[in-house]
Amino acid sequence: MMSPDTEDALAEIIRTASGPLLVQGNGTKAGMLRPVQASATISTANVAGITLYAPNELVMSAKSGTRLVEIEAALAKAGQQMICEPPHIHGENQTIGGIVGSNLSGPRRVTGGAMRDHVLGVRAVNGNGEILKFGGRVLKNVTGLDVGKLLTGSFGTLAVMTEITFKVLPVSEATGTVVLSGLDAVRGVAALSAGLGSPFSVSGAAYLPHEKKVFLRIEDFASSVKYRTEKLASQLAEFGAAAILDTDASKIFWRDVRDCKFLDDAPAMWRLSVVPSAGPAILAALAPLGVTGFLDWGGGLVNLSGPANEATHQAVCDAARAVGGMWWLMRAPDPLRTAVDVVPPEPPALAAIRARVQASFDPRGILNPGRLRAA
Amino acid sequence: MQQAKPKPGILDKRAEIIAGLQAILPERAVIGDNISLKPYETDGLSAYKQMPLAVVLPETEAHVVAIMKFCNLHGVRVIPRGAGTSLSGGALPMADAVVIGMMRMNKILDINYADRYAVVQPGVTNIAITQAVQDEQFFYAPDPSSQLACMIGGNVSMNSGGAHCLKYGVTANNLLGLRIVTIEGEILEIGGKQMDAAGYDWLGLITGSEGQLGILTEVTVRILRSPEGARAMLAGFASNEVAGQCVDAIISSGIIPVALEFMDKPAIHACEDFAHAGYPLDAEALLIIEVEGSETEQSEMLARIRDICAAYHPVSMRVSQTAEESAAIWKGRKGAFGAVGRISPDYLCMDGTIPTSELPNVLKRIQAMSDEYGLKVANIFHAGDGNLHPLIMFDANDAESFHKAEAFGADILKLCVEVGGCLTGEHGVGIEKRDLMSVQFTPSELDQQRRIKSAFDPAWLLNPSKVFPLSGLAAAE
Repeated sequence: MMSPDTEDALAEIIRTASGPLLVQGNGTKAGMLRPVQASATISTANVAGITLYAPNELVMSAKSGTRLVEIEAALAKAGQQMICEPPHIHGENQTIGGIVGSNLSGPRRVTGGAMRDHVLGVRAVNGNGEILKFGGRVLKNVTGLDVGKLLTGSFGTLAVMTEITFKVLPVSEATGTVVLSGLDAVRGVAALSAGLGSPFSVSGAAYLPHEKKVFLRIEDFASSVKYRTEKLASQLAEFGAAAILDTDASKIFWRDVRDCKFLDDAPAMWRLSVVPSAGPAILAALAPLGVTGFLDWGGGLVNLSGPANEATHQAVCDAARAVGGMWWLMRAPDPLRTAVDVVPPEPPALAAIRARVQASFDPRGILNPGRLRAA
Repeated sequence: MQQAKPKPGILDKRAEIIAGLQAILPERAVIGDNISLKPYETDGLSAYKQMPLAVVLPETEAHVVAIMKFCNLHGVRVIPRGAGTSLSGGALPMADAVVIGMMRMNKILDINYADRYAVVQPGVTNIAITQAVQDEQFFYAPDPSSQLACMIGGNVSMNSGGAHCLKYGVTANNLLGLRIVTIEGEILEIGGKQMDAAGYDWLGLITGSEGQLGILTEVTVRILRSPEGARAMLAGFASNEVAGQCVDAIISSGIIPVALEFMDKPAIHACEDFAHAGYPLDAEALLIIEVEGSETEQSEMLARIRDICAAYHPVSMRVSQTAEESAAIWKGRKGAFGAVGRISPDYLCMDGTIPTSELPNVLKRIQAMSDEYGLKVANIFHAGDGNLHPLIMFDANDAESFHKAEAFGADILKLCVEVGGCLTGEHGVGIEKRDLMSVQFTPSELDQQRRIKSAFDPAWLLNPSKVFPLSGLAAAE
């Protein structure tokens, strides 16, 4: 494995590569989506370190191999945080490059935006070994094509990111969570929709089917959290009496939601993005197959785990497709990940454009071939 | 500004092209006579004018498909246009191009409050989306100053911002899905009604692509519940530096107001004359700060902000007491461009973004340039996110004055890049900043972007004279 220390060295390796490269940070997401067939591995792990942090401008830059935990610690020291609260479902070694490359977001995504919404600038090396910079360090920038967004979630298949600049926000003074009990999934998502449709700036909205409970989070100044949780609870009175979690209990609970602690360790795991009201039907359709899970993002994120076989995977895809939704195969043994569509297939017109865009970055097709789709 | 050379043979075939378009579209959808074409010769950047070959006004997605197939087949360039409010010349025609005006595709197709989205056609105005959902206390967040006129298709194409994007983000952060028609006439569904999409972020790429990748026919936006209430306050300061320090102090305290706007003295005076909002005329710099929430929450938050401002010895501080007062405060700010138009025959509105800590330095240098060029400038600034709008005043009847204004503007934008910012925060590159792109990007960075455009539009027929220096168009052809 090649782990260059600098962007220049990384660019040189790509420029002179004679065949496909497995592109990774610390490789924590290797079990997600499709396995890559490559003779060599290039890692960004040693292109690491925070390069800029201006708390008063709400901006941080870090080289892509910087570990997420290091970034979160530096932000916490200044009372700030990553806005989309990236999940730690892949352990403590995941890098900022991995989080951005996979566009993984946690509970705050529902109103605060995804990782892709907060990427302000990237430095990256394309498949020709050219070092390129897009975006910058300012919060508003429409200069040229938004290549930073295109690279976010591209799983290293277009270019290898070497530095990422992103927006951050202050940690709220307090957190509160309104908990409603005894609701089935349909009523539960109705309660989540009512909460998200309230004027109280809900920043987390999850439903746990095994507990039949709804959780709505408010983050703000302490006096606002008290006022808003109480008002929200009274506005949602039709869904039953509410309990309220304080700041400490809320932080523990939402960390568990973020990290999908409510999923069992079945061999396959999926993530579905659907319209929120479709969440309950998906849970119901898949339960008989031994696929279980919970809802986040107001019902719009369905986290699932279950048996790893083609029939079950197909059922998950069909359930998502039936409501116009998306899926990601987050975990499964290699043979299954190689055999199936780990993300939705593209219609032919879009596939043709995608192939041309991919070739515009990586004409030799050497960066993470087959990571998202069979080549 | 240099115009691209017309494609060989197209101008000569004008009558044929118009007849061809008439054959595939209703009669009312094709404009070919010079008198009727006149309103389309310019947009919000009225210093540049160019009559188009023809204008088409599609009413359905099928019309758009037919137009694209026709233009692709005949190698005719296409310029998309919404309400024509672009301040960067994004909708400026070319002599050999067909302008495709989207204003007749102006229907709201679906509103879903439970799942919090609205599906609209590109010709729906920005304000019309909010108006359609406000009875249910919902709104569409991005609010460009031109929101009464500008259309969502243009907002998506330029990734428009507004005064409230400090809290709610820009257009790109408030979209779920798009339908676009490619130059080949293929319909692509991008994103959807769910939050995340698998595969590449086409939604993010197309947003802000200035009509260069495809023609929008449908936009799915997120709608949000309105806050309980909102209130603005004014704080005037003795210098730009002190006001800038106060902005820093507010953000550093952990408060993110919903809006945080900055005006310098010339802007304060122009806007006060126009809106009578009670802006302090003795201040060198003014901050407009808005917070949201219940009455009590507003008061608490404004009290915290007042305490912070007090440390910077404001020359005046006033909290709006009524909705009317808040409306007047915003009328002044949102009417700023028109207000400057009242004191100067013409103005150029610049749109760079800078790191907020550079504000005092940048304003000082803009003032020095203003003295050097002998042209007045008023500065209006989305202070929370570093988006600067210097309004350079000039006289369009005086060619030298106009050339000076252009050079002054270019110098300001170069300065923005030099201090770590960018050429445009929300207005787009358009034709106006095309030739400055090489200040911000290296040749390989520009080439990479051009190759992406080519992947969507191999023959460079879509709005081809914008965004990239003209050498890109020449190379692509």
